[in-house]
Amino acid sequence: MKLRLRFEKHGAVRYIGHLDVMRYFQKTIRRAEIDIAYTKGFSPHQIMTFAAPLGVGIESNGEYMDIEVHSMTTCEDIKNRINAASVPGIQIRSVRILPDTAENAMASVAAAEYTVSFKEGRAPSVDIAGAVEAFLQKKSVIITKATKKGTRDFDLRPGVYVLEWNGQNLHMLLNASSGNNIKPVQVMEAMLAEYDESLPENALFITREDVYTRAESEPDNLISLGDIGHHE
Amino acid sequence: MSDYLALSDDILMKIEKPERYIGHEVNAVVKDKSKIRIRFAMCFPDVYEIGMSHLGIQILYDMFNSWEDVWCERVYSPWLDLDAIMRREHIPLFALESQDPIREFDFLGITIQYEMCYTNILQILDLAQIPINSADRTEEHPIVIGGGPCTYNPEPLADFFDIFYIGEGETQYRNLLNLYQDCREKKLGRTEFLRRAAKLPGMYVPAFYEVTYNDDQTIKSFLPTEEGIPATIRKEIEMNVSNTYYPLKPIVPFIKVTQDRVVLEIQRGCIRGCRFCQAGQLYRPVRERDAETLKIWAKQMLKNTGHEEISLSSLSSSDYSKLPELLDYLIEDCSKTHTNISLPSLRIDAFSLDVMGKVQDVRKSSLTFAPEAGSQRLRNVINKGLTEEVILKGAALAFEGGWTRVKLYFMLGLPTETPEDIRGIAELSNKIAATFFETVPKEKRVNGKVQIVASTSFFVPKPFTPFQWARQCTKEEFIEKAYLTRTAVSEQLNQKSIKYNWHEADVSVLEGILARGDRRLCEVIRRVYKEGSIYDAWGEYYDNERWMRVLTECGLSADFYAHRERSLDEILPWDFIDCGVTKEFLMREWEKAQREEISANCKKKCQACGAARFGGGICFESRPDEGLVTGGC
Repeated sequence: MKLRLRFEKHGAVRYIGHLDVMRYFQKTIRRAEIDIAYTKGFSPHQIMTFAAPLGVGIESNGEYMDIEVHSMTTCEDIKNRINAASVPGIQIRSVRILPDTAENAMASVAAAEYTVSFKEGRAPSVDIAGAVEAFLQKKSVIITKATKKGTRDFDLRPGVYVLEWNGQNLHMLLNASSGNNIKPVQVMEAMLAEYDESLPENALFITREDVYTRAESEPDNLISLGDIGHHE
Repeated sequence: MSDYLALSDDILMKIEKPERYIGHEVNAVVKDKSKIRIRFAMCFPDVYEIGMSHLGIQILYDMFNSWEDVWCERVYSPWLDLDAIMRREHIPLFALESQDPIREFDFLGITIQYEMCYTNILQILDLAQIPINSADRTEEHPIVIGGGPCTYNPEPLADFFDIFYIGEGETQYRNLLNLYQDCREKKLGRTEFLRRAAKLPGMYVPAFYEVTYNDDQTIKSFLPTEEGIPATIRKEIEMNVSNTYYPLKPIVPFIKVTQDRVVLEIQRGCIRGCRFCQAGQLYRPVRERDAETLKIWAKQMLKNTGHEEISLSSLSSSDYSKLPELLDYLIEDCSKTHTNISLPSLRIDAFSLDVMGKVQDVRKSSLTFAPEAGSQRLRNVINKGLTEEVILKGAALAFEGGWTRVKLYFMLGLPTETPEDIRGIAELSNKIAATFFETVPKEKRVNGKVQIVASTSFFVPKPFTPFQWARQCTKEEFIEKAYLTRTAVSEQLNQKSIKYNWHEADVSVLEGILARGDRRLCEVIRRVYKEGSIYDAWGEYYDNERWMRVLTECGLSADFYAHRERSLDEILPWDFIDCGVTKEFLMREWEKAQREEISANCKKKCQACGAARFGGGICFESRPDEGLVTGGC
């Protein structure tokens, strides 16, 4: 049986890198005595997949991890047991049973939603509302992306699905699919480049709000990874 | 738990592995400061991944935090990137749990596990903004207390510590903290507290001792400066090892540390009496833990950490009398929960091979032998009771069982060593390779070959061993010996199956200087630190030239501390410590070594080392050869 766990990451633990979060959950699931399935072979490991790596320093309200279990009690009980074995900064918000046909969390990622604000004293001098407006007007925004083989030009604009400014935070919904992933900082830098301004180092406070996939029936609609599957 | 962090977001985003500094790990202990009377910072002066792997600190952390009035927290050496930032920005070193500055604590306890961490101790004090010298500290500074194996010769660090705790921490810390509390209530002040602490068992307060020197630089006298301060400090020891503190909820680090597993200490001490080995003397007598207790501990620790592996810890696991019973239980229990078992320090024989075959992937794992010396003659000198016959038999059994990789550990520069002994290293390696080709028929050879890795380290004479009087080789002699070994390996018939590695020679010499040094080395350590030495244990940061230059500038020499044989009547810097084994015993062993005579291990025959005075352990168990032993021998 496959379960999808939605979890959040807040506070000091935001400095824990993705690989260490995976290690952390492997041990937490053992402490919680979840009946997780292991791969076969001489060095078996837990069957566990994460949706999208979260960068160091970023908080989140919507991270996902799929696990396979041999048996289970209830989704609520699984959630409570893991949370009891967890640190306060990393907490499971919901557990769902996935249909057997569901794509795994990693393969299905299409988009991610962020709340972005400026750290104290690091807001740019430009009018952000105007910069957002100007960005959205464009048909294409080419940036240079560093790759393993050097650099390549990349058009940000098609992957920026939502970009809004409420006077304090930017709300972003960005392409997060493999190969076309867009980071909030790239959008921010592209916006400022128009005004010949650059973003100071470590200027953004970023919270990932949720991760989305495309429904098979309606590929134009993004649905939250957490809306797939059922509770009992 | 508060989300307050001592380091700013900008710093944490800039440095390597910020997880080293944020605390918040599973099972880290957080207490309400308002209900705490004594705050203790426990430090391992090396990087987090090393420090978090140390069992001793975990035991003491558990013990301190089991006391309601005490909060014990951890602190490790900031890595070089953060070290530079903290100096530049004057950020005081902080404890991981509360993130509060160390200088606000009542105690800073530092475990001293190896000589090459001495400059890191100064780094800790300096970054904590605590005066490096004990003499410069005032009422507002924490009491700096050292523990661990290097405190069996604490003299090179005498200036930097207020107290050294000699021996195992379980026994006297409560008394020490009570005394501290009492002195504080009576407002007696720091010096009076230290004076009273110096009278507690196991506590060495260097400020109350004075050393004078002879013209030849050796020690003339080593005496307390006040009436009532003991002339000798006897080590503290926990005799009831089954009913004592043990961390059943060890902290689970976020990052992968060296010891990423549950550690189950099955016994303390070692029966073997290898003459080069300090631990084998310091932790006498052997005290075994009750197997039933260990089973319960293992289960609880695995449950409380979620670790995927458990490791048995001791100086020589094969000598633990209940090993088969304990392993049967662990193999049975761990197979149900996908838990690995790691078995360091096992002697290779039919039993251990059977067990290892059950818990390891034979194809991937390698076998380890530690003959330490290449010839039987030299193995007799060092009292390493491992014969060539036993090694070859073990290797043959292992090759039949499917192992193809063998690691061999040797030492170069042991007392009485000749070129013949060194060639023995290559010859033994060759015989093991030959054993493979004789044992395993061609069609059964995986990849068709065997891989022997022979490694040599350089011998460092240590206090409280029979070799404490021995001369240590110079760097040049060491290097020559390594070349001779390499040449001898290359001349072997099976040289293609043998890989030879050797350690750095200059570090071994400095280790030897510090291990047997006296108080005058404090100035050397202070100066090299001021010039920038730190993380000496990490080869890439070790500056041998600086150490040797400063040593000379201070009017001291490697010849005096390392490269001379000491006479039996010389006052050694550590003579004021009584570690249980007597100097007479060590002298007897030193003389036997020179006669190439071996001494039977504690299980076979009591050698009257003196450890029986602690009233327990192996000294009071019956020996088959001797009938019932009375103890005390």
